[in-house]
Amino acid sequence: MANVKVLVAKPGLDGHDRGAKVVARALRDAGFEVIYTGIRLTPEQIAEAALQDDVNVVALSLLSGAHNTLFPKVVELLKAKGMKNVLVIGGGVIPEADIPGLKAAGIKEVFTPGTPTTKVVEFIKANVK
Amino acid sequence: MNIVEDLLNHSRLALAKGITAVENEYDNAVEIMTKIYPHTGNAYVIGITGPPGAGKSTMTDGIAKEYRKRGKTVGIVAIDPTSPYSGGAILGDRIRMMDLMGDDGIFIRSMATRGSLGGLSQKAGDAVKLMDAFGMDVIIVETVGVGQSEVDIVKTADTTMVVVIPGMGDDIQAIKAGILEIGDLITINKADREGTDKLNIEMEMMLELNPEHVQWRPPINRTIASRGEGIEEVVNSIEEHHKYLVDSGKLAEIRKKRIKSEITDMINVRVNRYIDKNVVRTPDFEKTVTKLQSRELDPYSVVDGIVGKVLK
Repeated sequence: MANVKVLVAKPGLDGHDRGAKVVARALRDAGFEVIYTGIRLTPEQIAEAALQDDVNVVALSLLSGAHNTLFPKVVELLKAKGMKNVLVIGGGVIPEADIPGLKAAGIKEVFTPGTPTTKVVEFIKANVK
Repeated sequence: MNIVEDLLNHSRLALAKGITAVENEYDNAVEIMTKIYPHTGNAYVIGITGPPGAGKSTMTDGIAKEYRKRGKTVGIVAIDPTSPYSGGAILGDRIRMMDLMGDDGIFIRSMATRGSLGGLSQKAGDAVKLMDAFGMDVIIVETVGVGQSEVDIVKTADTTMVVVIPGMGDDIQAIKAGILEIGDLITINKADREGTDKLNIEMEMMLELNPEHVQWRPPINRTIASRGEGIEEVVNSIEEHHKYLVDSGKLAEIRKKRIKSEITDMINVRVNRYIDKNVVRTPDFEKTVTKLQSRELDPYSVVDGIVGKVLK
């Protein structure tokens, strides 16, 4: 009975969690175990929580514009903690131009506003290890 | 990586992987637990339960911080329910404890209940043992007080605390059989709310009438966990109870009870799964259900027939 565990987190100084909560709910309804960690977190807090719960997926939501700094930092810290095979995905208000850079930094997919939640679920199912 | 060896050498990653192994019932889980068992039995286990929204997670966060101040390391197992419809879960206890991240003396694990055949008590118990072997001094198990297996988990802790809040019903609720009875400590959280004094009196009355409370009478503490108020007193009460258990020799008794309950649970899980696989999920069983529906058979004869076949 190996359930997929997803950590949903909002790094940085941004209190808008409606999107993250909608995604968390959709992931639960898809049968995932969702660890919801809330707002205004540091990358270190997120990576440590991901380690303790040994999650398969880290889903980051960010609307403040600091994604280019904070998303890759989470990926780095996960690696430093020995958490291999964690699927890191991101969402929020993220300009198209930034997406290739984020993907190169290890964010496997970036979901922008208007994405149906089913697409996120399908992506996780297809890519989780 | 060698999970057992690394865990005993304080690798947090190994602890996380070890818990995953028991939670997901990986092939190496039995081996891990077998090797770890001699290294367990040192941690003090605290169970925290209460209705949803009582403030258990916030309280757990506060208690963990207080124990850190006192130089103890703390493991936390936070349990939330699995949705019976999707099999998914929202594990939201951690949100109240994010400020504990970054402290090497703390390790928190979220756990979903995963349905009746999931063997929750066994898995939570194994998670506690893994944290114990890792070297945590105090381990807190936190769960909503609904469902038998959740109650069983906290019931087998060394000290069990029930968290209540004002405004959840009259004193008849308090004397109904239920989770209040299992508390070695009662904490009234959100004690700045209206109804706190009345609730306190009702709790006192309930305890007053319990003949079991001759040697240890559960203290009633008041807290406002969100502001950290009263937490120090709660931890003092836990430590007083700890001392009482040691001095009276009851600690060994409780721990023996826990082992008994754990082993019984493990047997039950094994038997239930056998029945699920070999009886319930068979075409014969479907046919039997159809015959029961049309009243060709009656339930008692069917059960006698099946149980007779399984338990010779």
